[in-house]
Amino acid sequence: MTAAGVPNPRTTRQGDQAINPLGGRPVKVPYASWFLRSSVLLPLLVASAFLLTWDGIVRLSGSELFPKPLDVWWGLGELVKKGLLLKYVVASLFRVTWGFTLAVLVGVPFGLLLGWSRYAQEAFNPLIQAFRPISPIAWIPLAILWFGISDAAPIFLIFLASVFPILVSSAAAVKSVPTVYLRVAQNFGLTRSQLVWRVILPATLPQILTGLRITLGVAWLVVVAAEMIAVNSGLGYLIIDARNAGKRYDLVVAGMVVIGLIGWLLDLLMRLAERFQALKWAYGIRHE
Amino acid sequence: MSEPAQGNAPSNDLGQAAVAVRDVWMTYSSPEGADIRVLEQVNIDVQQGEFICIVGPSGCGKTTLLNIIGGFQAATRGEVLVSCKQVHGPDPRRIFIFQEGSVFPWLTVRENVGFGLSNQARTERERTVQHYIEMVGLSGFEAAYPRELSGGMRQRVEIARALAADPEVIYMDEPFGALDFFTRLKMRTDLLRIWKQHRKTVLFVTHEIDEAIQLADRVVVLSRRPATVQLVVAVDLPRPRDPDSAEYLQMRLRILDAIGVSLRTGLVSEDAAG
Ligand SMILES: Nc1ncnc2c1ncn2[C@@H]1O[C@H](COP(=O)(O)OP(=O)(O)OP(=O)(O)O)[C@@H](O)[C@H]1O
Ligand SMILES: [Mg+2]
Repeated sequence: MTAAGVPNPRTTRQGDQAINPLGGRPVKVPYASWFLRSSVLLPLLVASAFLLTWDGIVRLSGSELFPKPLDVWWGLGELVKKGLLLKYVVASLFRVTWGFTLAVLVGVPFGLLLGWSRYAQEAFNPLIQAFRPISPIAWIPLAILWFGISDAAPIFLIFLASVFPILVSSAAAVKSVPTVYLRVAQNFGLTRSQLVWRVILPATLPQILTGLRITLGVAWLVVVAAEMIAVNSGLGYLIIDARNAGKRYDLVVAGMVVIGLIGWLLDLLMRLAERFQALKWAYGIRHE
Repeated sequence: MSEPAQGNAPSNDLGQAAVAVRDVWMTYSSPEGADIRVLEQVNIDVQQGEFICIVGPSGCGKTTLLNIIGGFQAATRGEVLVSCKQVHGPDPRRIFIFQEGSVFPWLTVRENVGFGLSNQARTERERTVQHYIEMVGLSGFEAAYPRELSGGMRQRVEIARALAADPEVIYMDEPFGALDFFTRLKMRTDLLRIWKQHRKTVLFVTHEIDEAIQLADRVVVLSRRPATVQLVVAVDLPRPRDPDSAEYLQMRLRILDAIGVSLRTGLVSEDAAG
């Protein structure tokens, strides 16, 4: 049945499943198959093809300004050497951390309240719905007016961009808590605060975490836009400054690459947090 | 042997009944104005320590009735008395086990079972929890999360959580409905063993006639919607009950007949109208 030549049919079948969980044909050479099927080779191929195409198009067009992939690589090296890269990354992350944290502190409790109380929902919903569609970019002039050229302006903008999605997803999370859980809480005579801490928060945690992950992505988008206008440091400032100060498009693209990689990393970290919470429920990591 | 409750239970003696359902009516109104009449003039008396099964066809209003008895829903008319006091809402002295399953997925078996004991001292709570985990046969799974358990084990957690709170009455809404045949048989046996130790008052809803006859002191038979009490059968057979015995089979027929008769009279009256 298999070319692996294992005599016992039972172990063969189990072996196939272990190597090939998707249930395709039996596997001939395990190592090559792992490489072919693994999440390494294909993405690597696609990324390489992208870089080659990019390089080829720039060469064909003969553009002086637009950088080739290798130029971006040297540009990154230059930023590291000057100590700018680390400084700007830290500046951007600092603002995102503060703006996002403030949004979580306001958005989660308030969102839970909105999801729980129909009166609160009815009272606040029109205002929230009217504020929500205003792009954080539109707030930049007001942010500068109120906070000047300081860290507070981008933090405020990130807060604005994050707080509404967090509000909405937290409110939705409360509404989707199964009624039986609330009835059990009621049956066992839980007080209001016990209800929140022992039932509502744990029941909504998975959905809230997903909302936070998506929102952190938005926050990272906004910090770059905010830094282009409201401050003199950070990755957004790097991009706009590299262009304005000397048409250094290699540095512009280098900044974009760093932004992309860090955004990706943030998403992976948030996914890890989600996974950890799911693992805890399933495999009993103690929390007593 | 098997008598209607009116002749058997002291239904006019209010002081005796642990749970008394008095002339309960329930109508759901829909936005289109088409009202759904679910319960009509339901009267049930449950004695202290009695095991009552409520059977009826699917969708007849069993869950609605039990929700009203448990205080989770208000009746359109009538009242429910527990120890002679009118029920206005749920209470830790009367624990409900829900049809859809309600163990908390974010708590371990141990934490689930101890959910209602937060006002007990730690050592006392741990002892209580361990006692009930052993009673339902879940020793060794104290630290497991519900996702790691089978459906039957999860039902055991529910039962242990209810018992640990030491209630006077336990309401169970088709607690074994989602389990396979063999697990269901085992759960019935275990439930009876546990009940014999505690003699809690139990109201147990099911749509399986055999389950009802196996478990109950008395079986309350509801008609199709709108549900009324069609028949109350006292099951005076020693447990475990032999499903092949003449009395058992006769009882089974009577209950089937009670549900069937209501159907037939329904058809007859329709014919007469038409
Ligand atoms: N909240 C509600 N609003 C309107 N109608 C309802 C509501 N809950 C139940 N009903 C209706 O009342 C009837 C009885 O429902 P109920 O859930 O009490 O039946 P049941 O006997 O428990 O059924 P099952 O055996 O399937 O659990 C059904 O026809 C249902 O459509
Ligand atoms: Mg039901």
